[in-house]
Amino acid sequence: MNSQRLLSILVSRTLTQRTPAPSIQSWSRLRATSVVQEKRFCSSVPKPQKQLVNVTFLLRDGKKQQVKAKVGDNLLDIIIENNVDIDGFGACEGTLACSTCHLIFKPEDFNKLPDKPTDEELDMLDLAFGLTETSRLGCQVIVTKDMDGLEITVPKGVSDARK
Amino acid sequence: MFGGVKRQSGSLIKTLNHFLCDQPNGSILQRLVSSPRTRSTSRTFSQAKPHVALVGGGPAGYYAAQQLLKGNPHIVVDIYEKLPVPFGLVRFGVAPDHPEVKNVINSFTQTALNERCHFFGNIEVGKDISLKSLRDSYTAVVLCYGAADDKMLGIPGENLSNVLSARSFVGWYNGNPDDKNLPVDLDCESAVVLGHGNVAVDVARILLTPTNILEKTDITEHSLEILRKSRIQKVYIVGRRGPLQVAFTIKELREMINLSNTRTIIQPSDVEGLDKIIQDIPRPRRRLTELMFKSAVAPSPEMAQLWAQASREWRLVFLRSPVEICQTAGGKVGGVKFIVNKLQGDNLETQKAVPTDSVETINCGLVLRSIGYRSLPLDNTLPFDENKGVIQHQQSRVHNNKGLYCTGWSANGPVGVILGTMSDAFETGKVVLEDIENGTLLCKERSKRENLVAQIKDKAVTFSDWLKIDQAECAAGELVGKPREKLIDVQQMLSIARSS
Repeated sequence: MNSQRLLSILVSRTLTQRTPAPSIQSWSRLRATSVVQEKRFCSSVPKPQKQLVNVTFLLRDGKKQQVKAKVGDNLLDIIIENNVDIDGFGACEGTLACSTCHLIFKPEDFNKLPDKPTDEELDMLDLAFGLTETSRLGCQVIVTKDMDGLEITVPKGVSDARK
Repeated sequence: MFGGVKRQSGSLIKTLNHFLCDQPNGSILQRLVSSPRTRSTSRTFSQAKPHVALVGGGPAGYYAAQQLLKGNPHIVVDIYEKLPVPFGLVRFGVAPDHPEVKNVINSFTQTALNERCHFFGNIEVGKDISLKSLRDSYTAVVLCYGAADDKMLGIPGENLSNVLSARSFVGWYNGNPDDKNLPVDLDCESAVVLGHGNVAVDVARILLTPTNILEKTDITEHSLEILRKSRIQKVYIVGRRGPLQVAFTIKELREMINLSNTRTIIQPSDVEGLDKIIQDIPRPRRRLTELMFKSAVAPSPEMAQLWAQASREWRLVFLRSPVEICQTAGGKVGGVKFIVNKLQGDNLETQKAVPTDSVETINCGLVLRSIGYRSLPLDNTLPFDENKGVIQHQQSRVHNNKGLYCTGWSANGPVGVILGTMSDAFETGKVVLEDIENGTLLCKERSKRENLVAQIKDKAVTFSDWLKIDQAECAAGELVGKPREKLIDVQQMLSIARSS
């Protein structure tokens, strides 16, 4: 189909159809509203509860925030679900296309993480500000039950690094 | 994929309705302006509600808006954009086969749906509205209009047809209305891309990627038609310096190395000796250099086999500066003549290229120039560094222009990935908030901003208009199995924006 035909279809569709409410399907996901719980109307089998562990984030302003993290979730999801306020965190929404969910682990914790970073994760980490040898992307680290009590540092942004 | 969206639709539509009801000239604002209480306390009231205008609706603008809206519960942010559609280079720059990067649009959309944020598309500052009138009407103005120009080579033959700026080529396949008529001729076997940055790698990748992969992306249909007929088998990516000075990032290099039906050719002699110094280079550069070295000298057996079967190839060429675009007898591009360089200097990353006596020609029918973008001064009163092509500023505050700020590429040059722009824009947002907070900036009479908005109201495309365009594009995309088919014509965009 050539582009002109396509556009004329497109225009005629829009002009002839009334389109009152703009579609929201155009956006794949809207993060901050994604905490809405899924409603189940009829279920005789209780949903298995995921095990929870305590994880503490050392934030950019020096404050600490402890959250309950579900075993099996990744750290980016945990930060979003617990509304941990970190500017610009997870810009690409966990698709390994940015390095905004950069987190720094203590060396002893870093070595215990079950999955080693892939080349693709390291490629993205290479663009992160304040990269360390114990850096990971939050979206690639899955919480395990051994992580109870883990303390993770959220590194400072570029501006702080420049000063 | 849409499951998550459906669950949120209730709350989003509520936000949307709220947004639609609170247009700048809506009844709420008018009531406030005309009420006696507001008049008697106008000064204190307007001080509590600063208005900020952002010039440019790209990533820098939306990230700055996000920071401003978050940092002050009363602030009102107006985003002015030249094109009828928002998101700047996230829409027109990010490669169609990198849809993940475009996920940032979701957070921009959330910012845009904030009732204190307004989008005025199709309004060009400097043409439809002057910078001065913005400055007179707003507490602060932030310039974040990016880098609209690109650097020229300044060599003979540069004006031949099929010597294209990579920037326009990107705009052409990404649906930028300015580039829709770019005369791209792919009826040749080889292309030379000049430059070693990510844009150079992007355009090379688009030229070599099989079209059955591209046709599932939001690449524009008119470009796809030409790419389907392309005869290009070889792409040379040529830079003036060596492997330690390349500006592209490792993700982009790895994509080229793994590209379907395409072999990578890096001359082993170009990377000779690098293995001895690799360990001493800081990590990002070290991993990038390692990947180049390995691909040149010792690719894995699987990779070597894939490359042997590939019908297309790309070559990474170093130490060549173009001196002339050669012409065929028919007046077409025949090749690029290069001077061979050598490197000078002790610091490996800042070594300079100096010319030798050797000259070499690479035959090709297409040349893409990708040696950097530059920003343009919006206004002749703007302090502008012609050399660097950026607005002069200190910590985002434009020199000698109180209340005027700049961020993103127009402030810091066209470099880096979205993370850099994001950090810049957040920082600029904080600086503006700080200046409002400490009283450096005084709020203007609210009616000034109201009057200005009234002037452009009929021409402006609002964010809810954009949502109609967005919906139309996604619907058109669905017909051809793409995430969207972009509108490439401003009039088409406007006719959809104006439809009810």
